[in-house]
Amino acid sequence: MSDQLRSLVDHPVFVYLTDGRTLVGQLMGYDQAANVILGKTHERIFSSTEGMKSVAIGVYVIRGETIALIGELDEELDDQADYDEMKVEPLDPVML
Amino acid sequence: MGTLDSIRSNPEAVLFYSFFKTLVGQPVTVELKNDLAITGVLVSVDQFLNIKLDNIKVVDEERYPHMLAVKNCFIRGSVVRYVQLPAPSVDTALLQDAARRERQQPATGARK
Repeated sequence: MSDQLRSLVDHPVFVYLTDGRTLVGQLMGYDQAANVILGKTHERIFSSTEGMKSVAIGVYVIRGETIALIGELDEELDDQADYDEMKVEPLDPVML
Repeated sequence: MGTLDSIRSNPEAVLFYSFFKTLVGQPVTVELKNDLAITGVLVSVDQFLNIKLDNIKVVDEERYPHMLAVKNCFIRGSVVRYVQLPAPSVDTALLQDAARRERQQPATGARK
């Protein structure tokens, strides 16, 4: 388990929570339960009527239970993406 | 120790971990409990059946552009509904047999 997240430490990551929220930030640490410390966190808020909004929320400790997915954010692809024009529904929450 | 307890109460826990380890390198599709499906190459799996995928592609990309800048990811086992596997990679008879044997005789020994 520790090996799976070790390669993502100090990398920019995309975190998808079970309540449907999407965060991006720098993975600073983790533990066996996938509890995570996320630095420079921004919440990405999607809407079907307006473009994506990014809200800075600082350093977060996130409980592993509430994490659905952690992805490595490819910064090149992220810069190329046109989030201002991305009008989509937010991701669905995960029913556990 | 947490792992041994989970093995004693659920002998299949190690069986499927071992099974997924044999599939590392194969393309799989992981379907989450909220219907989101992600295809990728299986990089690793752990005792909790957390899954790491490379070269991911979200199924139905138009509906889910949120993750277009994500190429590899770690998926928590607790949110997985299905893992779709390439049929030729799975010896179902062998797996069925192993599961039946695990039920009758847990690998790490039953509690007396």
